[in-house]
Amino acid sequence: MKTDDFIRTLAADRAVAIRPNQALALALAVGVAVAAAVFTLTLGPRPDVATALQTVRFLFKFVVTIAVFAAGLRLAAALARPGGDAVSAARLLLVPVALMGAALAIELVVVPADAWMPRLIGYNAAVCLGAIPLIALGPLAAFLLALRSGAPTAPARAGAAAGLVAAGLAATLYASHCADDSPLFVATWYSLAIALVVAAGAWLGPRVLRW
Amino acid sequence: MALEGRERVWAEWMTAALAGDEPAYHRLLAALAPVLRAYARRTLAQMGASTADAEDIVQETLLAIHLHRNTWRQTDPIGPWVTAIARYKLIDSLRRRGRRAEVAIDDLADALPDGGADQEEELGRRQVIRLVDRLEGRQGAIVRAISLEGADIKDTAAKFGMSEGAVRVALHRGLKTLAQLYRARDG
Repeated sequence: MKTDDFIRTLAADRAVAIRPNQALALALAVGVAVAAAVFTLTLGPRPDVATALQTVRFLFKFVVTIAVFAAGLRLAAALARPGGDAVSAARLLLVPVALMGAALAIELVVVPADAWMPRLIGYNAAVCLGAIPLIALGPLAAFLLALRSGAPTAPARAGAAAGLVAAGLAATLYASHCADDSPLFVATWYSLAIALVVAAGAWLGPRVLRW
Repeated sequence: MALEGRERVWAEWMTAALAGDEPAYHRLLAALAPVLRAYARRTLAQMGASTADAEDIVQETLLAIHLHRNTWRQTDPIGPWVTAIARYKLIDSLRRRGRRAEVAIDDLADALPDGGADQEEELGRRQVIRLVDRLEGRQGAIVRAISLEGADIKDTAAKFGMSEGAVRVALHRGLKTLAQLYRARDG
């Protein structure tokens, strides 16, 4: 085909796909609904949630998981567009990392050394490692699907960002179930669970996001 | 300065195009083609690859720009957006041909001597691999009628006894299938 004719053909096609940010917003609505359903059916919030809400450690879990979620969403939106500014979006990831670091430092100061390990190990490590990826599955699929309506030029990174949003969302829900509130526990097991989902997204990205 | 002016015009055309201005969109694609051609030829030459595939890469890139123009926002500069797509498609195409695309790929803006018209115009009319022949069914017939026989939407609708809306839907699906054929091809 001649390029001139091809251009004329392209110009005759007026259909424009949904904008990536709209697709991500849609994925967010679906992802939240699916994740909340899975969470409610399998675990649900802990029974003493009302009293837990009055403790700083419990509340801090949400601060850090929501920060992960928000940074992931920004990153996914940037990576969905060719030439998008992924670098400044990635810098936002330093926010949850810095928050976690500060919380860990405070925890190590206020808690006696012989309580560090018991708090780090906690009671729910295995549940945490299973539940966060499980709850993240639905949102991960939704965000990957949304990224397909974009044009990610770095599919592995875009997939990882989808994993990060999904895991941040799942961790936020899971945090209301888990009775282990120490930053020592969160920094260890939540991070590991989130990393699993991010790795799954990075693996899936090049497989489902090519265009 | 000249580059900035050119990109501002591209952005204006794209903005109009996204609002349904078909002539503005045609002008934009026609303006991008020689730039993409210079970029593809120069990069292929730098990598010691044959420049014979350049026109094919130009078409695949134009198709990608077309199908993903939803990812450009009016607030974004259009040059980096085009560059990112051109680079992605070039690397992808080289990878499919079994070459490792590890050579640094220049910015689109560096690659573009404006004008140099005559020879490039000629290239624009060159025949390249006819993947469009592999489109099947109604989609294929409609894409071929428009691209090869020069029919417009109205002619095509009359020819196939379809509504113009249905022709546009089939055209859009055909172009998406064409993009898949490009991706699936090795070489």
